[in-house]
Amino acid sequence: MANHSALFELVRVRVLLFLREPEALFWVFIFPVLMAAALGFAFQGGEAPTARVRVLDGDGASALVERLSGAPGVPLELEIAPVAEEPELRRAITSGRIDVLLLPGDDLELVFDGQRPEGAAARTAVELALARTAPGAPLAEATLAPMQERGSRYVDFLLPGLLGLNLMSTGMWVIGFAVADLRQRKVLKRLLVTPMRRSSFLLSFLLARLVFLVMEVAALVLFGALVLDVPFRAGYVEFLVLTLLAAFTFAGLGLAVTSRAQTLQGASGLLNFAMLPMWLLSGVFFSYERFPEFLHPFLKLIPLSALNDALRATMLEGASLTTLLPELAILAAWAAAAFVVALTCFRWR
Amino acid sequence: MDRSRRYRLRRVVGETHKGAAVRVRGLVVRYGALTAVDGLDLEVRAGTCMGILGPNGAGKTTTIEVLEGLRDPDAGEVEVLGRTWSKDPQGIRERIGVQLQETDLQRKLTVIETLRMFQSFYREKRDLGEILELVGLTEKRRARVDDLSGGQRQRLTLGCALVNRPELLFLDEPTTGLDPQARRRVWEIVEEFKRAGGTALLTTHYMEEAERLADDLVVVDRGHVVARGTPMELIASLGATGVVRYAPRAGHEAAAAAISEAEFLALPGVRSLRVGNDSRELIVHDTQAAVVSLLGLFEARGIQLEDLSTHRPTLEDVFVALTGKQLRDG
Ligand SMILES: Nc1ncnc2c1ncn2[C@@H]1O[C@H](COP(=O)(O)OP(=O)(O)OP(=O)(O)O)[C@@H](O)[C@H]1O
Ligand SMILES: [Mg+2]
Repeated sequence: MANHSALFELVRVRVLLFLREPEALFWVFIFPVLMAAALGFAFQGGEAPTARVRVLDGDGASALVERLSGAPGVPLELEIAPVAEEPELRRAITSGRIDVLLLPGDDLELVFDGQRPEGAAARTAVELALARTAPGAPLAEATLAPMQERGSRYVDFLLPGLLGLNLMSTGMWVIGFAVADLRQRKVLKRLLVTPMRRSSFLLSFLLARLVFLVMEVAALVLFGALVLDVPFRAGYVEFLVLTLLAAFTFAGLGLAVTSRAQTLQGASGLLNFAMLPMWLLSGVFFSYERFPEFLHPFLKLIPLSALNDALRATMLEGASLTTLLPELAILAAWAAAAFVVALTCFRWR
Repeated sequence: MDRSRRYRLRRVVGETHKGAAVRVRGLVVRYGALTAVDGLDLEVRAGTCMGILGPNGAGKTTTIEVLEGLRDPDAGEVEVLGRTWSKDPQGIRERIGVQLQETDLQRKLTVIETLRMFQSFYREKRDLGEILELVGLTEKRRARVDDLSGGQRQRLTLGCALVNRPELLFLDEPTTGLDPQARRRVWEIVEEFKRAGGTALLTTHYMEEAERLADDLVVVDRGHVVARGTPMELIASLGATGVVRYAPRAGHEAAAAAISEAEFLALPGVRSLRVGNDSRELIVHDTQAAVVSLLGLFEARGIQLEDLSTHRPTLEDVFVALTGKQLRDG
């Protein structure tokens, strides 16, 4: 009986302490939503913007402008620019103020910046316009159908990634930091001379984490659904199992990473060291498919990658538990390893 | 609930440990090459307060931490309330109360939340209203730990140490850094605990605190006990009836310093000499004879005094005589 009340009190204390930490509340609840909002609006789908094209003055410049402006179904912003401005126009491409520079002549030269998505799109638009206005063009009229379906836009890709990111960073920061703080201020040492069960203490962090998990996940998912119109096709059981498992995994990782840190600085260094690779490699903002092929099997094993893959599969495609099994297994393995490390290495003083 | 009532009954009827509450034999604790505790023996009789005096780094905290189960000894036997840490750690933890030398509380919790959390760890639970009353924080029960004064915070940590009605209370420098008023309040709480039959083990750098609270004292230096006894016994062990302190007037220091130790010791009534920064002290066994002959010596050398005073020997004098150090640094 004494132990139940001890665990209950410990959880209560953790919840109270968290609620009394305004900064933590901001980072856990508000920041992810702000980030989703900013990125969501910045990359919201819609008509591809009209390509901004400059044609350098010279032989055939006005004929070219006339030809391109007549291209069916390809709207272009066309202007003739003086020859002297060429260097400046090239710089304008680099900085994204215009998309394409055309140098008319026997061999038409098309200057663009393929690194920027807008540059590549503008190039395609110009080439399409040229093809359609070529003498005896076969495809007079093809309709462009940009992907506008819910669930396939960048926001839709992004939101589950942000949710995964938030589950990771909250889980690891809140717990890793709190424990290191208690250790540094010797509060742990004081608890150690009481009959408090060590396991109750560690468990209280997990349970307190669950209290906030619901709110934290709901904030992002609701914002996504209501404001950004991101679909939520996940089954409730799948979603619950996945987020719970993720919460445990990252809480465990937070405890494991900081299990020996003596100071807050030490703990935050270790936490950053553990989390930064995941920010970059786990497909939060862009798919990890962009990394070389031979890395993919390894990238998939990173806990946040597994979580993000599973979140996308369930939220966007409504994947079932059996489909999610590989990712769930990866997360569970990390959770188990983390708790073994946390329990064996944990430094109470 | 039922269980805790039985427990309390058992405690009242007195399965509690008779005789020594703490028994330490040949305790050795090393930190790498440094031997912090070096063959320390200690016995605390149940129902008494034992004070440990010693200069900084003497090994007091290390010893106490071994008794609290925070540190494993390298050698020696330790028995707390008739139990050993290896056999019955939870049994000991349930029955002790601890105030560490340096520890912090969770600052964003309130007084009552803090006490309630600590209370939840124990089977024996003392009423929190009673604790608040005892440590004088009833009015402050809803205040955050952050907003408490140093003295109030210290009383709260004491309250946390009392939530389980401990049989044995460890107090490691409970009043360091407090003003005299706040210090006195802490003493009253400890005295209350003693009146209720509790055993306490206290370290302190304040002689007044040791004299007031401790029934027995040990003086520890370099990890072992250099003297033990009641405060009275320790003072008597100096074999002195008084301490004479003098300071030469400006311009006379050199002449005063030129008097050799042998000359002082040759004076009637003088036992030993102690040289401080700005004053000198003679430990004397006949105050009147010593003062008269001392003044005669100064007269003969033409030395004028800024100040001359005498007092009965105190624990401070015992401490300095034993360790060559002041109780408090500086
Ligand atoms: N964790 C540690 N690691 C290494 N050395 C330590 C450690 N803790 C204490 N010591 C050393 O052990 C010796 C005894 O320290 P201890 O804290 O027991 O002294 P103390 O009597 O409590 O002193 P104080 O009056 O200053 O509190 C000191 O020399 C100290 O430097
Ligand atoms: Mg100490």
